[in-house]
Amino acid sequence: MKKLAKILSVILALALVLGLAACGGKTENDAEGNTEAPAVEGVDYSKVKIGFIFLHDPNASTYDANFYQAAKAVVANLGLSEDQVIYKWNIPEEGSDCYDTAAEMIDEGCNIIFADSFGHESNMLLAAADYPEVQFCHATGTHAIVSDLANYHNAFASIYDGRFLAGVAAGMKLNQMIEEGKITADQAKIGYVGAWPYAEVISGYTSFYLGARYICESATMDVVYTNSWFDIALEREGALKLIDDGCVLISQHADSEGAPKACEERGVPNVAYNKDTSDLGPTTAIVSSKINWEPYFTLIINSVAKGEAIPDDYCGSLATGSVQLTAVNEKVAAPGTAEKIEEVKALLEKGELKVFDTATFTVKGEKLESYTADVQDMGDYQPETEVIKDGAFVESGVDFGFRSAPYFDVIIDGITLK
Amino acid sequence: MHEKTHEPLIHITKRAFLEPWKALIVRICAVLLALLTAGLFIVLLTGLNPLEVYAEMFKGSFSTNRKFWILLQKTAMLLCIALAVTPAFKMKFWNLGAEGQVLAGGLACTACMFYLKDSLPNWLLILIMIAASVLSGIIWAIIPAFFKANWNTNETLFTLMMNYAAIQLVSFCIAKWVPNGSGVLPILNSSTKAGWLPTLFEKQYFLNVLIVAVITVVMYVYLKYSKHGYELSVVGESQNTAKYIGINVKKIILRTVALSGAICGVSGFLLVSGTGHTISTGLAGGNGFTAILVSWLAKFNPFIMVLTSLLISFLQRGASQIASSYQMDDSISDIVTGIILFFIIGCEFFINYKINFRKKEDK
Repeated sequence: MKKLAKILSVILALALVLGLAACGGKTENDAEGNTEAPAVEGVDYSKVKIGFIFLHDPNASTYDANFYQAAKAVVANLGLSEDQVIYKWNIPEEGSDCYDTAAEMIDEGCNIIFADSFGHESNMLLAAADYPEVQFCHATGTHAIVSDLANYHNAFASIYDGRFLAGVAAGMKLNQMIEEGKITADQAKIGYVGAWPYAEVISGYTSFYLGARYICESATMDVVYTNSWFDIALEREGALKLIDDGCVLISQHADSEGAPKACEERGVPNVAYNKDTSDLGPTTAIVSSKINWEPYFTLIINSVAKGEAIPDDYCGSLATGSVQLTAVNEKVAAPGTAEKIEEVKALLEKGELKVFDTATFTVKGEKLESYTADVQDMGDYQPETEVIKDGAFVESGVDFGFRSAPYFDVIIDGITLK
Repeated sequence: MHEKTHEPLIHITKRAFLEPWKALIVRICAVLLALLTAGLFIVLLTGLNPLEVYAEMFKGSFSTNRKFWILLQKTAMLLCIALAVTPAFKMKFWNLGAEGQVLAGGLACTACMFYLKDSLPNWLLILIMIAASVLSGIIWAIIPAFFKANWNTNETLFTLMMNYAAIQLVSFCIAKWVPNGSGVLPILNSSTKAGWLPTLFEKQYFLNVLIVAVITVVMYVYLKYSKHGYELSVVGESQNTAKYIGINVKKIILRTVALSGAICGVSGFLLVSGTGHTISTGLAGGNGFTAILVSWLAKFNPFIMVLTSLLISFLQRGASQIASSYQMDDSISDIVTGIILFFIIGCEFFINYKINFRKKEDK
């Protein structure tokens, strides 16, 4: 009898403990909200901990804000708890801060490290070599396809599609201005504030320009560089200079609010990047193209949770939802812009239209029949890969074993560097 | 009402001397008051528990062995530049060009790594890098000093402008070395580790910290016990006195500023060879200016500078920890750092001056 009572009490105690544990689990889930639906059935996220390294403060930089918002959305969607994610911002590219930050995150249990800036790559590679059990994912980097490290990955997106569509919106606006008699056809000059004379920027403004010219044939474009990814004053000055030089529409590839605000001051329409800027320019912002990082973040977290390999190099697309346009600002955009964008987007998705179709542009008066680009970044800065295939420049061609980060670095006719 | 008072309600007199223990109490009070005020700000602005915020701040530097080493490294890098500007400042040569002198040193060091790669034995390469860094730091500092010594030009502006020249020079070299236009020079020699300061005791920063510690002691002795140290302080107090007692003022200015530039060069070397293994225009990261604060707060005493640079590094690391933990923008931590520094600098007033209230009997 005594024995039975003992066994019974043990069973009861166990039941109580298990019951409590179950309760605890439940309340935790409740606290995370009801956003667990997109999480893949049966995937156990408990062993995932991800650290995000941002170059600038997302409160100030549109570039970092874009990553931060995607990260927060994915963390909420997958139901990760607060202690399964670390965010660090203002981590400079210079020195060893990025390495140290990654190592600190690993000390705190992170098994995925993500860094968002091009200049973080060297430190990320060092850390990846030192911590082979941790996955390192780096946006805009160029080394994953040439590196021996299995735990080092790059990612980018075919943002040239998005830029092209944003260019379509710009072309519509230019046509509207011509029709209304505000400018003549040859005054349809776009101004572009670029960051560095680097392929990512060149690819960006070229696809934007080709999109604009797809709609407005007489469009030309002036480009200025700030030689900085983030400099409010320089970006503002750049935009003002372009406006003074007769540019009637401005776009930019630089991370601050400098250019959109300058446009709002002067009443010049602006097409932006990374972020909906209609709050900065309510009467001038037309539309923004952006990379949506949610699909990639979901992919890497799911891969680690399931113990699967993360692709060496990932290029998001219109199809994966990685390339997006923000809502068209109807107050500024030409009538029918949203419809036109949808129409062109469908053509791009079907492959009937290619952004870098060599029939649509010339370089120094000639068609680009063949071009070798520095796709494999071996540190020698020498081009080695033929990138023209089937009459189009293959940008971010991960399907061909190329890298996802852009390598289109040709200045095409119609674009003038200032 | 019509009574005339000759003595104002408050008047301030300079203290002849305050016992060190009293001065210490004033300083401790200042820190406590600063924490209290900053705590008040935190509660009013964010509604967070200030004690938790302070605990988090502390965690930023001391919760792990690694964080502690990062704190030591940050402190050492700041301290090294502070030690560099100290002899010049003590001589009342306002060297605002530390930023540029560090960059010049770092650039020379990077150039050695870039061009020599692993063609030489590592110890020889590192010696060449040190020599190149020190020499560049000296050149960058001695140009304004030469003009100051010969034509009494304004060194504040001159050294400041030399910073921009250095930044442009670094941009130019990066553009030349990196033809793809990205403006980022990747970490150099990452496979061969040529020109990398070795890692001792498995601590990447051990040598950095050790070298700066040695410089600290040497600088203390130099300033306090050497003839050079005495001469530069006389020139600082009064150039006429210096001339009168037969000191060659021109020589002292050039020698002292060269020393300042040389240590900045070492700092550039440590930042490249011992830390980042590459260069960018942000190499010194504003430390060239923060170092002046470190040096002044410590009244040019190298050992006290260890404490002041530690304090500033601690505040910066803590601020970044707060920003990350509470996902706040960095402004709140800047405010906290600002308040603390304001009180610490402000308390010097109470140490140097006495506030006298009108005595009641005057009525």
